Amino acid sequence: MAKRRAFDVTTLPGFTTIAILAFVLLYAPIVTLVIYSFNGGNSVNQWGGFSLQWYAIAAQNEAVQDATARSLIIAVWASVISTTVATMAALGTTRRGKFKGQTIIYVIINQPLMVPEIVTAVSLLIFFSSVKVATGYSGLGYLILAHSAFCIPFAYLPIKARLEGMDTTMETAAADLYATPWQSFRYVTLPLLLPGVIAGAMLAFIISLDNVIITEFVKSAGQDTLPTYMLGQLRRALTPEVNAISTALLGLTVLILTLFVFVTKKWD
Amino acid sequence: MSRQTPGRSKGLNGWLLSTPALILLLLAASGPLLIVAVYSVLEKGDYSGVRWILSGEGWFRVLFEKDIFDHTISLADANLSIFWRSFKLSIATTVITFAFGLPTAWFIATRPAKSRAFWLFLITIPFWTNLLIRTFAIMEVIRNQGILNTFLMHFGLISEPIQILYTDTAVLMGMTYVYLPLMVLPLYAAIDRFDFRLIEAGYDLYASRWQVLRGVILPIIKPGIIAGCILVFIPSLGAYVTPRVLGGGKNMMIGNFIELQFGQGQNWPLGAALSTVLLLVVLVSLLVYTRASSRDNPNG
Amino acid sequence: MQRGICILSTNIAVDARNVGKIYGNGAGAVTALGDVSIAIEKGEFFTLLGPSGCGKTTLLRCIAGFETPTTGTIHLSGRDITYDPPYQRPVNTVFQSYALFPHLSVAQNVGFGLKMQGTPASDVAKAVERVLALVKLEAFADRLPQQLSGGQQQRVALARALAPEPEVLLLDEPLSALDLKLRKEMQSELKRLQTETGITFIFVTHDQEEALTMSNRIGVMSAGALLQVGTPHDIYESPVNRFVADFIGETNFLEGEVEGGQVRIGTGDLLAVDLNGETGGVTLAIRPEQVSVKAADAQLSGKITEATYLGTDTHYTIGLGDGSHLVARVQSNSVAAFGVGDTVGIAIDAKAVQVLKS
Ligand SMILES: Nc1ncnc2c1ncn2[C@@H]1O[C@H](COP(=O)(O)OP(=O)(O)OP(=O)(O)O)[C@@H](O)[C@H]1O
Ligand SMILES: [Mg+2]
Repeated sequence: MAKRRAFDVTTLPGFTTIAILAFVLLYAPIVTLVIYSFNGGNSVNQWGGFSLQWYAIAAQNEAVQDATARSLIIAVWASVISTTVATMAALGTTRRGKFKGQTIIYVIINQPLMVPEIVTAVSLLIFFSSVKVATGYSGLGYLILAHSAFCIPFAYLPIKARLEGMDTTMETAAADLYATPWQSFRYVTLPLLLPGVIAGAMLAFIISLDNVIITEFVKSAGQDTLPTYMLGQLRRALTPEVNAISTALLGLTVLILTLFVFVTKKWD
Repeated sequence: MSRQTPGRSKGLNGWLLSTPALILLLLAASGPLLIVAVYSVLEKGDYSGVRWILSGEGWFRVLFEKDIFDHTISLADANLSIFWRSFKLSIATTVITFAFGLPTAWFIATRPAKSRAFWLFLITIPFWTNLLIRTFAIMEVIRNQGILNTFLMHFGLISEPIQILYTDTAVLMGMTYVYLPLMVLPLYAAIDRFDFRLIEAGYDLYASRWQVLRGVILPIIKPGIIAGCILVFIPSLGAYVTPRVLGGGKNMMIGNFIELQFGQGQNWPLGAALSTVLLLVVLVSLLVYTRASSRDNPNG
Repeated sequence: MQRGICILSTNIAVDARNVGKIYGNGAGAVTALGDVSIAIEKGEFFTLLGPSGCGKTTLLRCIAGFETPTTGTIHLSGRDITYDPPYQRPVNTVFQSYALFPHLSVAQNVGFGLKMQGTPASDVAKAVERVLALVKLEAFADRLPQQLSGGQQQRVALARALAPEPEVLLLDEPLSALDLKLRKEMQSELKRLQTETGITFIFVTHDQEEALTMSNRIGVMSAGALLQVGTPHDIYESPVNRFVADFIGETNFLEGEVEGGQVRIGTGDLLAVDLNGETGGVTLAIRPEQVSVKAADAQLSGKITEATYLGTDTHYTIGLGDGSHLVARVQSNSVAAFGVGDTVGIAIDAKAVQVLKS
């Protein structure tokens, strides 16, 4: 009786069917992509048995190696920089009550989430192209800078959420026990905040690693990252090599996300 | 701890600690947006870039074109069709993702607490997966020799592969696919807060299932619906990767059209003006959203 | 109250002079402390008692350094600490919510203060061991706070605040989260710790019984002001005003008029009490246990309107002729039980009656 009633209340006609269908549709293409990355055949059209050959080919491709290294360098820098400044901003905007101009800070920090990426990309193209001419520098710095700024809100949000869940009596207690403001930050706030910081850094890393549009517009010649390399490959014939790279990236994303879930779960 | 005059030092510290983030963002996000607005009113350079002369040409070319020989002015049909396609596809994407997203979010929210995290994780993976990879994935499926056509031909439903790739349908399928998680997550957040006893109350008061959905559930989760629709509509309108990969060269959306101006088109002022238009449309949508959500939800 | 006392005495641990605290400003300003002056002696168990919102926590936070008084100064052992940050004051707090660091073990929590002061690790370890033994938690040194019961967490909080051997320990309603039995246990535990360590305790509570049993002296507060400071005996036996008398224990109040060395109360009867120099309109504060009930005629007479049996004691509410009531507490077996409606004689122990200005 009770079971029947619970069933009635939370079930709406057709919803479960559509939901299951949505999950199937969501995963079928990804699964296909992953399976085809292990294709032993030479074409993307025919299944030629299980093989890791496309991974080997991708791994030996110098362009892929360069792009991978570049992607990782940028993602590491961008996540470190964005997480550092986002942590400071989160401490500034949450630990001390409301203050004048807080809303402006929120708007600026979250701006990359609101403005269409293509517009940001175009604006950076315009800005950096003049800077490149003026300074003569055309290294990875522009990409690192652009990625760092773009990743800030992604790092900021989980850190802010964590801080808001932490009440300030911990710091009060530390001050009572002879901790100077710096010691209190170092031994109390930071350790308690760490899960939020790690979570923020992970998200920033994924966002940087996956970025296509801004990278495509900001990069100088010969500065392909993995995603822009893959996009470039599309102009030519589609090969299972791209599938292999995609699968590897996908694996990395799933791995980081699992760690993310683990980190945030463990501490709550 | 709170030894100094409270109000002042709070604000000072808040700004001071936020300064590095703000500098980065002003340098590489917000600041350059202003440059775009400025470029939109300059004269086009010979190959690319601009000349520093004030000109309305960029904005003019958003909607109109001038015949090079007799200088007659007419509406730029090509541009209009791109705008129309962008708008149409974005609305369609929003509607379809909602149709799939609501049941999906509902399904996740009504799972038992233990398995709910699992279903949520299943939605989060595509959400965080590279957009390009997901676009590739859908491309694999719908291409002429892809599994969809192979499947249909195998069962004799069609004799020739249907050309889906490089059509508007392909772009629509792709955007629906890549933006579905963006619809599900805010809807889930809203349904998760929903008090299911209200449904019991609805049934208790003789409402049919449909009436409960229309009269109880939808009004209460409306902020989540608006959030989901905005979150899908805005990136759809500015989509670049998906139409580029699945639409081929011809089925451009605004994003690709903007890119064209900075690439082969070599018309930076037009590109800047288009970007400004896109930005304004997005800002207006966001404003409508904040208005709507603050009206629906005066406490939060 | 204490303003006149010689504060140069080296015997004073905490000396608050004219401390006022106003939160916020303009229309939203809240005066949490009016003008509080108090001198707390070294080694004393001092209790702040008062209704909710009267400013007890605020006073404690001013002493700890979490708030800066709007006016006045606070001295610790003769040194002005009003503007010292909390981490420079040899004062520790036992927080009501315990505020244990969740990421540190019990031992690390207890050693935190010493570590921050730069004490060598080996000394910290020794001190932690000693203090944990004091609160009987040696076995739990490596646990995390979440793995302890409420009472154990309470002891950790106490140990943590004691470990740096502060001059003054502040305890803001430390026992309020504990159940009655644990609360009684912790009361004697606290008292023992205070005697053993000789540290000055400033203790905040709502509970007047707790205040009476534990303290050397009590300060009764109301609406941001200190009404009376004295020993439990003083406070109980000679409350300075009706508020204090009412707050500490149950009290009967009878309005009256001084008339030829006696007080004429509402019923028209004259009561011979120690006037203490009062004249005109006065209020008589009479403890229920000082009212005895007799079958025969006595000073006053009245009719029992309510009888509540409480085990060893019985409470009688007696209506007097003028519509006022007196509550009497008598030992259940000392007199024959009366019932509601009985007319009885009432005797009041005149020496114990407190005469307050109306
Ligand atoms: N941070 C603050 N801002 C504004 N007003 C405050 C603040 N802290 C306390 N108050 C006000 O000051 C007054 C005294 O508060 P306080 O916390 O000292 O009372 P208390 O005696 O400790 O009460 P309780 O027994 O309920 O803990 C109250 O009216 C309270 O509302
Ligand atoms: Mg309090």
